[in-house]
Amino acid sequence: MSTLLTFAASASATAHGAGDLALGITHGGSWFLRNVWLIPLLPALSFVGILFFGKRLPRGGSELGIAALGIAFVLALLTGAAWIDHRDNFHGEEVHAAVVMHDDGHGAHDDGHGAHGDGHSEGHGDAHGHPSLAVHQTITWFQTNGVEFTVGTLVDGPAVMMLIVVTLVSLLVHVYSTDYVAGDRRYTHFFAFLSLFSASMLLLVVSENTLQLLCAWELVGVCSFALIGHWWEEKPNSDAALKAFLTNRVGDMGLLVGVTILFFAAGDALPGTFGSFSIAETNALANSGALSQTALLVASCCLMAAVMSKSGQFFLHTWLPDAMAGPTPVSALIHAATMVVAGVFMIARMYGVFFEGFQIAGSSINLMAFIGGLTTIVGACLAFVQRDIKKVLAYSTISQLGYMVMALGVGAWTAAMFHLFTHAFFKACLFLGSGSVSHAVHSFDMKSDMGGLRKEMPHTYRTFMIGTIALAGLPPLAGFWSKDEILVGTGGWGLMGGTDGNGAYTLMLGMGMLTAALTAAYMTRCVYLTFFGEFRGHGHPHESGPRITVPLWILAGLAVFAGFLNMPKGFQLAPKGLQERFGHFVEPVAGYFPAIYHARPSWSLAVVSTVVVLVGVGVASWYYFVKVEAASKAAGTSLTELPDGPTTKWPLARMGHTLLANKYYLDHFYNGVVADGTKGPLARFAYRVNQDVIDRTVDLAGETAVKAGTVVYEKVDQLVVDGVVNASGRGSSGAGEELRKINSGKVQSYAAILFAAATVLAGVLIVIV
Amino acid sequence: MENLLDGWGITLATFSPLVGAAVMMLIPKENEDRHKLIALVTSLWVAFVGVLLLIWFDLDHTDKLQYVVDKTWIDVIASRYAVGIDGMSLPLILLTMLVVPLCIVYSWNHFPEPVNPKAFLILILVLETGMIGTFVAQDLVLFFVFFEVVLLPMFFMIAVWGGEDRRYASLKFFLYTLFGSALMLVSFLALFFLTGAETFTFSGLADAVAAGGVSRNAQLWIFGGMFLGFGIKVPMFPFHTWLPDAHTQAPTVGSVILAAVLLKLGTYGFVRIAIPILPDAAVSWAPWIGLLAVVGIIYGALGCLAQSDMKRLIAFSSVAHMGFVMLGISTLTDFGINAAIMGMVAHGLITGMLFFLAGSVKERYHTLEISRLGGLLVQAPRMGWIFGFCVMASLGLPGLAGFWGEFPAILSAYNPGNGLPVETFRTFMVVAALGTVLAAGYLLWLLQRAAFGTPPEEFADDPHITDTTKHEWISWAPLLALILAIGIYPNLVFRVTDGAVDASLTPCLTAEGEEAEKLHCADVYKIGHDDHSDSDDEHAAGDS
Repeated sequence: MSTLLTFAASASATAHGAGDLALGITHGGSWFLRNVWLIPLLPALSFVGILFFGKRLPRGGSELGIAALGIAFVLALLTGAAWIDHRDNFHGEEVHAAVVMHDDGHGAHDDGHGAHGDGHSEGHGDAHGHPSLAVHQTITWFQTNGVEFTVGTLVDGPAVMMLIVVTLVSLLVHVYSTDYVAGDRRYTHFFAFLSLFSASMLLLVVSENTLQLLCAWELVGVCSFALIGHWWEEKPNSDAALKAFLTNRVGDMGLLVGVTILFFAAGDALPGTFGSFSIAETNALANSGALSQTALLVASCCLMAAVMSKSGQFFLHTWLPDAMAGPTPVSALIHAATMVVAGVFMIARMYGVFFEGFQIAGSSINLMAFIGGLTTIVGACLAFVQRDIKKVLAYSTISQLGYMVMALGVGAWTAAMFHLFTHAFFKACLFLGSGSVSHAVHSFDMKSDMGGLRKEMPHTYRTFMIGTIALAGLPPLAGFWSKDEILVGTGGWGLMGGTDGNGAYTLMLGMGMLTAALTAAYMTRCVYLTFFGEFRGHGHPHESGPRITVPLWILAGLAVFAGFLNMPKGFQLAPKGLQERFGHFVEPVAGYFPAIYHARPSWSLAVVSTVVVLVGVGVASWYYFVKVEAASKAAGTSLTELPDGPTTKWPLARMGHTLLANKYYLDHFYNGVVADGTKGPLARFAYRVNQDVIDRTVDLAGETAVKAGTVVYEKVDQLVVDGVVNASGRGSSGAGEELRKINSGKVQSYAAILFAAATVLAGVLIVIV
Repeated sequence: MENLLDGWGITLATFSPLVGAAVMMLIPKENEDRHKLIALVTSLWVAFVGVLLLIWFDLDHTDKLQYVVDKTWIDVIASRYAVGIDGMSLPLILLTMLVVPLCIVYSWNHFPEPVNPKAFLILILVLETGMIGTFVAQDLVLFFVFFEVVLLPMFFMIAVWGGEDRRYASLKFFLYTLFGSALMLVSFLALFFLTGAETFTFSGLADAVAAGGVSRNAQLWIFGGMFLGFGIKVPMFPFHTWLPDAHTQAPTVGSVILAAVLLKLGTYGFVRIAIPILPDAAVSWAPWIGLLAVVGIIYGALGCLAQSDMKRLIAFSSVAHMGFVMLGISTLTDFGINAAIMGMVAHGLITGMLFFLAGSVKERYHTLEISRLGGLLVQAPRMGWIFGFCVMASLGLPGLAGFWGEFPAILSAYNPGNGLPVETFRTFMVVAALGTVLAAGYLLWLLQRAAFGTPPEEFADDPHITDTTKHEWISWAPLLALILAIGIYPNLVFRVTDGAVDASLTPCLTAEGEEAEKLHCADVYKIGHDDHSDSDDEHAAGDS
């Protein structure tokens, strides 16, 4: 196997034409870093195995998936360990200078940097000392234009981090699913596609070039299609699957075009090359200023469209809540923790391009930051009006993805990655928790079928609460640290010394703050409706089994502790060894990564944002735990809203509620106008043109020719006429019988037609000559 | 090992089917099993020769014509029996040799009405000769003969074994294509007379055109004639209207061969004949070809959305897919033309597969009316999955073959070759990218309506609706495997085509300065294995 599949440490992709471009990549490194391709390969093999042999296995194929993901997770951990060692003690060949210097223009910040000794300064140290080189392995994929294009792996901090997150969450979801979908009509297929999904996502995170990334990106989309439509007998489910795929396809258009633009832009900048898909090269070129800003801006906008669809950014987010039609473990794995972050990851991967394209440094607004900021608020507002617990979480996911995109938009790269990391755990925890609840009450409707479940389902309740607190961002749980870093990273906090970021994104800070309050409030509502009050459903719900609760507790544990991996620099309560560990190992220090600024953490901002969260919790608690609770007592049943709440009292609130309940009417527009318009009038019009104009012309020409031909031939050769008439379809029905036999008569008619054609031909010849 | 096929391998492959057909003629038609056996053995033998041709093909010199034969044929009209294979034709030849036996296996037990396996199989074998011959011909007259040989069996196949409206459809197919061929022939003749070339061989004509003698205007007209001939065959918008009718009416196997191979005769004609012989005219025509290609992409997709018949929908999707192929060709770049050949192969495999599926659905449900179908995945789960797989391949999912025809074509339109208008082609690129969205739309809607949901009442308890049969598996498995294999490792095709495109076709199209006015592409017809090639020029001279 090794001889067959070993990735040749070929230099073709990077060496050709790259010249002395400082990429900061190496073909060396330890075995684990050179062979990460094994990690996507394992679940890919288990996909094939489950598909063909799953039904014959005692556990329907789930054991294959769990085994593959288990081994992949161990490998990912070992890769992580290898990376940590590699990052700090690289001893291999130092083929490239690691960092492109970008000190100019940032002099004013130097003091701060020196004082805090942040990652950036470290990066410089590394550049001269131990360059932290990404490990790069390729093989030839195809050749065209005489150039060989490669496929391979680019292993660095973000890739390793994602490998661990994806394999871990996927493994837990696999275990959870063995209970959750037990007895399902397509148990085996479910696990097959979970495996394929994991493989695609893992392939995506290790992609070394944009074309490979694009392929994995679409594969992820197709798995999502298959899993959303898992119960395709019911039309709403297949509708949701189609919607997800088509919406993503719209964004993929942007990806296709963006990748193309970057390919040729890199080709123009690299002497003697036609183009390059290489992620490292493209980014390094963007960083070095060799690519035109216009090309980068257009490419960034195109790629942004892809991010909007894949990562559910406003206004292409509408597929994500519908995608909740799939089984809950799928929602947890795909639509919360991993697949939807593909867009965020793609920005992080192509950060050199985006950083220059949107000119993130030294600005106060750009498209990415604005879309992200808008999405956080839009998503959070929608979460307030949902009855379905999974849809609350779906909109919450949209909102949190908006947070990450906004963070990347303001230059807070590490904060975004860190939020992706923590969010994967607490959101998976919440989704799986909601699945556990629905498993017990056989419904997702919080208002009619839930309530008071804290007594019956203590494990689910506790883990859900932990997830909620982490999501709301209260210290010291994971969400707090990552959210705080994002707010700091906006660079918009001017009080008490300020926090120099890459620019002064005050608007984004405001958006983030507002969302923090909204998040706290809607999660309070969700928790109240699910776990407090009295049970409103039927039957006697009881706690789920260990295959569901154990993954919940593991994720809850991570939701508590994951935040400590990246406590801010200079945070006096934490030991030095724990400060910014995540940032140190995950953030690339290499030529393909732009020179970004790291904002200084601020106590005052942390306090204020915590207060904001508490206000959100407080208001919602007052409404639900005090007012609704009191009204319930008075009414004698478990209410979910006040009988005379704000929407009944104030017309403005009612209008707002209607707008939210209709999801800003976006779906009306997409389904009613765009999709139906294309399928209906536009397609019908095109087809009518086809039949009545183009085809009619052809028929007319044929008929005219036959008529003209008849006249001519009557005078030329009576014998031939019969053949033409027969063959032209205007003869008697008896001719049909004749056609059934291949006899010499047919040859005659063929000759006749050839003759007719020759006449036409002769005419044309005369015209031309 | 020594190349045993040099000098006669192509001839063997091309005419073996005719020998098989001749033998079948002698056997009474009641011996159906014997006919089936002979046809299958013949087609497998041809495929075996194809494998040998591939084995001894020099993959390091795919730009050179190999297995060349160049003998006097019809001296009176200066046409020669000149054949050869290079990297551009090899994939298409192998595709043909693969599809034919699969079609024979597929028809094994269900020949369409009025059955008659003898006649049906003879037609298929004659078709095979015509198709292989078209791909190997290196002489215009020879090419034209093979091109026309293909027409007749397909005409009968539709007219005799077709659906209800077969007479209209078959005649339309026949006359429309013949009309194109007529113009093509005029172009060929004009080319020959205007250049004053000594023979009709491609290389001779290319040299003669480059040497001057044909005014630029005449070149444009001649290219126009070829454009119509090949464009109708492709078919390009707005000459596509024969296609949906022919496909809808043709028997399953006819549709498969039509989609898998016949359409490629047109696109192949562009890259083998029209562009290399008349490079200057090609540059002038390219923007218009590109325009029609992208119109075809969008138009074909919209046409698909309006269809209520599954087979007709798949037929319309060919218009869109061939639009991508033509867009790739119109860029006149390596990337584009490689993508086009890849697109031809991928479309052949995928759309051929989709027509097989449509045939099997029709056989089970006796209808292809989409609104009456549903729940295929419930009643025939394996077939439903295969259908889903092919739909994904057809909409250009990366990892499956279709993607490698589409994406590189889109990519190449960003930077078209030889001073073609960049802004125009970039607009084409965006429009083509929009086409991928529409493709996903019509294909997934088809999948949803036909395969998802529960079976409609009228078919719910129909015992005839069975899952994939053994014959279907045998005839589909190679196609499915290739769709996946090429998708994962596209170099299977690019490795073969790139040398030919990169080393011979495009360099001559990108000449600069003085030479840009006079492009010379005769290199496309360079001959490899010089010492082995079986040329009888001397003899010919001596004889005359």
